[in-house]
Amino acid sequence: MAQKSMRDAINDALHLEMARDPRVIVLGEDVSGGAGGSSGEREASGGIFGVTKGLLPKFGAGRVIDTPISESAIIGAAAGAALAGLRPVAELMFADFVGVSLDQIFNQMAKFRYMFGGKTGCPAVVRLAMGAGMNMGAQHSQTIYPLLASVPGLKVVIPSNAYDAKGLMLSALRDDDPVMFFEHKALYPRKGEVPDGDYTVPFGEAALVREGEHVTVVALARMVVFAEKAIDALAKDGISCDLIDPRTVSPLDADTILESVENTGRLVVVDESPPRCSLAADIAAIVASRGFRSLRAPIEIVTAPHTPVPFARELERAYVPSPQRIEQAIRKVMQE
Amino acid sequence: MTLTREALARAYRQMKTIREFEERLHLEIQTGEIPGFTHLYAGQEAVAVGVCATLGDRDYIVSTHRGHGHCIAKGCDVAGMMKEIYGRRDGLCKGKGGSMHIADVTKGMLGANAIVGGGPPIAVGAAIACKLRGDGTVSVAFGGDGSCNQGTVFEALNLAVVLQVPTIFVFENNGYSEHTGVDYAVGSKDIAGRARAFGMPAERCDGSDFHAVHAAMQRALEHARGGRGPAAIEAVTTRFYGHFEGDPQLYRARDEVRRQRESMDCLKRFRDSAAAHGLSASELDALDAAVLADIDAAVAGAKASPPPAEAELTTDVYSSY
Repeated sequence: MAQKSMRDAINDALHLEMARDPRVIVLGEDVSGGAGGSSGEREASGGIFGVTKGLLPKFGAGRVIDTPISESAIIGAAAGAALAGLRPVAELMFADFVGVSLDQIFNQMAKFRYMFGGKTGCPAVVRLAMGAGMNMGAQHSQTIYPLLASVPGLKVVIPSNAYDAKGLMLSALRDDDPVMFFEHKALYPRKGEVPDGDYTVPFGEAALVREGEHVTVVALARMVVFAEKAIDALAKDGISCDLIDPRTVSPLDADTILESVENTGRLVVVDESPPRCSLAADIAAIVASRGFRSLRAPIEIVTAPHTPVPFARELERAYVPSPQRIEQAIRKVMQE
Repeated sequence: MTLTREALARAYRQMKTIREFEERLHLEIQTGEIPGFTHLYAGQEAVAVGVCATLGDRDYIVSTHRGHGHCIAKGCDVAGMMKEIYGRRDGLCKGKGGSMHIADVTKGMLGANAIVGGGPPIAVGAAIACKLRGDGTVSVAFGGDGSCNQGTVFEALNLAVVLQVPTIFVFENNGYSEHTGVDYAVGSKDIAGRARAFGMPAERCDGSDFHAVHAAMQRALEHARGGRGPAAIEAVTTRFYGHFEGDPQLYRARDEVRRQRESMDCLKRFRDSAAAHGLSASELDALDAAVLADIDAAVAGAKASPPPAEAELTTDVYSSY
């Protein structure tokens, strides 16, 4: 099996589905890049993160559409194209730009099916690059998924590795509901085994990344990588953990988490977002209410602080939950 | 293209249907039986019908919070609409949408929209689909004068020009953005001029004159269907009621509506020129009677329709979850 980066894995999925389904189109700022430039190079970037590379030469400008910087229009056009029978993929570039397109996401595409009495869906995928770690500052680094996970009508997908990213993207492209597909920027270059062909990873099924007996650790996106480091470091002390990667947070596979907590009696939730109204708070609440009798220790959540994402290297490092903080949290619940 | 007698009679019947639908709602709302907010389209009928008379089921429209007229003009079932406005089970959207969210995708009606400026980006997306299909279909973005001050509309106007997609932006200038006059809220006071500045042909027309709207729409369509990108129309019109039902309209001169009902009533003006188009007064009278019977039946049907079952609360959120 080929080793591929998460960037190339998502690119693979887009190539496969655009070839298979003529209704799939891609639109966004710089998805090919170069339109109207002086070099004449028509695919100058293939997406600011290179995820849409190669699509323009293969599928043409009718289906790979460079847009102005108009996030509301990009998302709205995806919503309208979906109502009119296409399966658009809108690239929002940085997830933070949800701020300039939120109406089209949460008042429009999320609500069509319900408001229109179930007679039509809105099969659009919105790609959002997220996450801190590259010193991009407060408006280019957020993991803003809790905001969208709280909206009925949206599905929210958060892959942590290349294999899942490709399979989840193929599921997203075939789903009949609007899917918010969050891609952590720090994971783009990370390689993993990715089959060449067509496969899907279903929504609402968590992955058990590590199996253990003492603590249940739930983590998303880059925090899965950090949690693995923490768990591996604890092995020498005889502490073993279940590590659960929900992969999609709407729908959320709460059953897998609850079953694990039934066995371990201890829960640590790791989330790169700030703590208030976060996925960490949500998962902790679910386990506190539905799995209370399984718990042997108070739930620990490891999150960013309730601050914007800072710029300076030292501050940003302090902002993002680290493997060390995850390790400390696991040790803490083990003391009970 | 001149309209046949039959097409003209159909247009008149639709305008009359919209008028009577709204006049009846104005009365029925006072009974307290209709939930929520209702924004009546009475006075603007020539715009919806003049535009939609040029469209087929495969052409798309997006509408506004003041959307009943657009729905009727695009062919939505009037009885189903009335049930929806009453919040009943058998409404067009099962009672889940209401007055501001009526939609019927099978008729190319992509939804009334309670967000001012929410629709135009969606219309551009539908036009991307039209262009890819290459079948000569178009999308129409209805919006009021209020919407022309929204950033989403600027984005949509520009994107439509950049992508050269067949969207026709129809701005219904009824003089008021909610309670605030156009002369105050639209800086340039020239909505068509704004659209033109984005790089598309745009014209202002008399929105109380069905024939003027229809002719402007024909020109816009010819442009858009010719693969030359979007076009825009500013139709100057008026609304005979408030922003919403119950609006005391203290911002309007006392006799403004009365004067406008005399000088800007699209139905009267249509009748005045009907003979020249081969339609007799008695034919139009017969259509009026048929429309009133339809509306009576629609209201009776809505009142008889049961409310949605409580189990419907959690259905239709997702295709699967």
